[in-house]
Amino acid sequence: MPSPKRIGRIQFGLLSPKEIREMSVRKIIWADTYDDDGFPYPQGLMDLNLGVIDPGLRCKTCDQKASECPGHFGHIELAKPVIHVGYTRLIRKLLRVTCRACGRVLLSPEEIEKVVGTEDDQTGDILSEKDVKKERVCPHCGEQQLKINFEKPTTFSEVVVEDGKKVEHKLTPADIRARMEKIPNEDLIPLGINPDVARPEWTILTVLPVPPVTMRPSIILENGQRSEDDLTHKLVDIIRINQRFKENQDAGAPQLIIEDLWELLQYHVTTYLDNEVAGCPPARHRSGRPLKTLSQRLKGKDGRFRGSLSGKRVNFSSRTVISPDPNLSVSQVGVPRAVANEMTIPVRVTPYNIEELRQIVRTGPVRPDVNAPCGANYVIRPDNRRLRLGADNLDTVADMIEPGYTVERQLRDNDVVLFNRQPSLHRMSIMAHRVKVMEGRTFRLNPAVCPPYNADFDGDEMNMHVPQTEEARAEAFILISVQENILSPRFGGPIIGGIHDHVSGIFMLTHDLRWFTKDDALYLLRYSGIEHMPKPGKVEDGVEYWSNKQVFSQILPEHLNMVFHASSCQNCDTCKKEMCERDAYVRIIDGQLEVGTIDKKAIGAFDGQIVNRIIRQQGMHRATNFIDDLTKLSIRAIMLDGFSFGIDDEDLSKTEYGQIDEVLRNAATDVDRRIRIYEDGQLEPMPGRTVEETLEMQIMQVLGKARDLTGQIAGRHLGLGNSAVVMAVSGARGSMLNLTQMAGCIGQQSVRGERIVRGYDDRTLPHFKKGDRGSDAHGFIQHSYKGGLNPTEFFFHAIGGREGLVDTAVRTSQSGYLQRRMINALQDLKVAYDGTVRSTGGKIIQFQYGEDNTDPTRSAFGDPVDVKGIVESILKEEC
Amino acid sequence: MSTKLNVLDHVMVPDHKIMSDEEVSELLSRYNITTDHLPKIYNDDPAVKTIGAEVDNVIKVIRASHTAGRAEAYRLVIKRPKK
Repeated sequence: MPSPKRIGRIQFGLLSPKEIREMSVRKIIWADTYDDDGFPYPQGLMDLNLGVIDPGLRCKTCDQKASECPGHFGHIELAKPVIHVGYTRLIRKLLRVTCRACGRVLLSPEEIEKVVGTEDDQTGDILSEKDVKKERVCPHCGEQQLKINFEKPTTFSEVVVEDGKKVEHKLTPADIRARMEKIPNEDLIPLGINPDVARPEWTILTVLPVPPVTMRPSIILENGQRSEDDLTHKLVDIIRINQRFKENQDAGAPQLIIEDLWELLQYHVTTYLDNEVAGCPPARHRSGRPLKTLSQRLKGKDGRFRGSLSGKRVNFSSRTVISPDPNLSVSQVGVPRAVANEMTIPVRVTPYNIEELRQIVRTGPVRPDVNAPCGANYVIRPDNRRLRLGADNLDTVADMIEPGYTVERQLRDNDVVLFNRQPSLHRMSIMAHRVKVMEGRTFRLNPAVCPPYNADFDGDEMNMHVPQTEEARAEAFILISVQENILSPRFGGPIIGGIHDHVSGIFMLTHDLRWFTKDDALYLLRYSGIEHMPKPGKVEDGVEYWSNKQVFSQILPEHLNMVFHASSCQNCDTCKKEMCERDAYVRIIDGQLEVGTIDKKAIGAFDGQIVNRIIRQQGMHRATNFIDDLTKLSIRAIMLDGFSFGIDDEDLSKTEYGQIDEVLRNAATDVDRRIRIYEDGQLEPMPGRTVEETLEMQIMQVLGKARDLTGQIAGRHLGLGNSAVVMAVSGARGSMLNLTQMAGCIGQQSVRGERIVRGYDDRTLPHFKKGDRGSDAHGFIQHSYKGGLNPTEFFFHAIGGREGLVDTAVRTSQSGYLQRRMINALQDLKVAYDGTVRSTGGKIIQFQYGEDNTDPTRSAFGDPVDVKGIVESILKEEC
Repeated sequence: MSTKLNVLDHVMVPDHKIMSDEEVSELLSRYNITTDHLPKIYNDDPAVKTIGAEVDNVIKVIRASHTAGRAEAYRLVIKRPKK
């Protein structure tokens, strides 16, 4: 590998007409490309001197074949000079700061020194347009200067005062070029131009380079027709106009026609260079599609820089839809057989594995079923020749192999692969999994690893990459396997854990006290690898029973001691501890769940206290096993009772509906009463607010309270027998607010945190009286989703909903761009051995990593030492 | 109109100090670096102007840190490039 080099300097300059002619191998004069026989015209745009793209032909310049010839430039002599659009800014500046007569900078040496600095200390600025006062007199020749107007894209004009009127006098490119030529070399340096490589007159083109055909190849369509590249099309236009221009010029055409043609030539050259110039209609293809010219090839996401040079493409990768499989371990990934048969790992033949590899080669490229041993697709001989395995040569090749050969064997169970879902926003977006070959056409993954990938199964696709060397596999498994990434460096807690049904299931299993027969207990624990059942919790009529807490304790590590509050904890003023009526006080002593309900706080992704504690005390491996056992146990627990939700789960009884109606009626009258107080001018404004604002706040408050009350009424009726309540209380999904909106009352719709006020004059909709400040006229929805909305309510709901949608759309695009900039700024930083964070150049970014030298994944939710956790696990009491 | 405000008195402005030559050489040898490996600060930074630091001085910034409580950072004063 070549050693890295430090770049000394980079020089940017302009191509001079002389250089363009010198590097040109042919002057191009014909606008045609190919003749009737399909042979390039000499001195046409596809001239053989410019390089060849057709196989079989040889380049006339370098005598090489199509694949070897890099291509050569040609040139077009322009009839009259034209401006290069990329330099209009520079041209404008130079016209404004130099004299129209003598070409010197319009500043005295002293004035220049003020801006640029003295000769020994050139640390100042370069001259800008602002340093020259408008329309002054040249300090060198005394010429009165004129104002220069610039009109996009390429028109320059001088403003002359005639008879007290301002008249614009157009400058032709030739005039401008003449003025540029007059600027002396010494005066260019303070302007920031190095005259050795960039004379200003070179920004006005007199000769146009014709790029080699290799960068604008024509393609042959299915019908045998040639289709030329966009650049070639544009060059054809330029040559045609140039030709016509020359003819008219030679024939002595009137000035008007010459000017028109000149402008047309300018337009074509401009769009050839950049087809997205402001104030210039883009040149279009016959189909109406804008042409992709030089600047468009470089710019943007799919341009040469971001798309071709920084863009990376890889082999040994595959992509398909993902679907869930709770029976897999979190560290596994289910790979379809079709994918496993296609992807390979090279294995060197040694005396120790030769027999195994012979067997693999004999199996060949098609593995009959998922349980069959893997086959191989290619064998590489010691001379690097590849042999493709087919049904006919399996046995011959198998007998042929000996140490020194390489067999490209197919993927099989327990191979290490990288698994990724875009957008790859954090390091957990790519993790190493172990392969499990499965039937079907989708990648399968344990739903507990969805949070780090931010994946769901509504059609998401994911990518898989197969590391090709032993080093790569070892590195992948040691550094980025799922086990190593349970803890997120973002907050130092577990990002992998139970989600949705895992949480509901484990909640239903562990809530309060339940007793299971041996059959049920074994059904629950069947997949968790339990070797011994504990002593039954109770024996009744000779039947042994195990409690739900006992069942859960089977998957806990032996010496775990924890005391904490579950998600369902209401934060009462004085905790009743073991006597908690919600069973929200959790105590685990010596790996036995004594009291409390396991829910999101204990095992959920992002919270997972138990998972966290297991990682700290027993390591990642044990935590992975715990998550695997947990997902299996919780899915079985939820299946034991069954779990569903339907429209009638939102039904309330007549009493509740009556109460809700009354609450809403009271709220409406309360609102009306406050409005009346306001209208009578009796309302006391709150400090720092107007009377209107005070009223609005009061109304919002009253209506908010009313909605909460309906929620409480509904909540009284719906207990833990209701699936939505189970999900809300356990933290699996949704909240009591969602339930309130389904069963009780949807409540106030808002735009920017205020009641809806927009719409017609003094009212939101024509259904209401002008000036109506009542609750229903400003977006209060008193119905529930179950009960159904009336038309005005529906409309207000749509308004409120739209705001939410717009907010998410704006937020994602903004945060995406922010992320891109952050990553560009922070990439390649690393923590050096002395604890400093440094860039690749060794520059210090941070003197101590995180200012406290602490790895967030080794910290306890941000603190270096988890004092509370240690004390609790020893005292076995909450502190 | 111009009320003189000392930015260093503001609660959100951390403590800035000019480092002596000995301190600087100690710092450079501690991290085995040259001055151009240090983070930079412009000479027209209000805090830099207030403590009177000049180009090529190294200043020490002591600030409150979320993680460590108190953190020290060092910055090389450089001239702000025009434009």
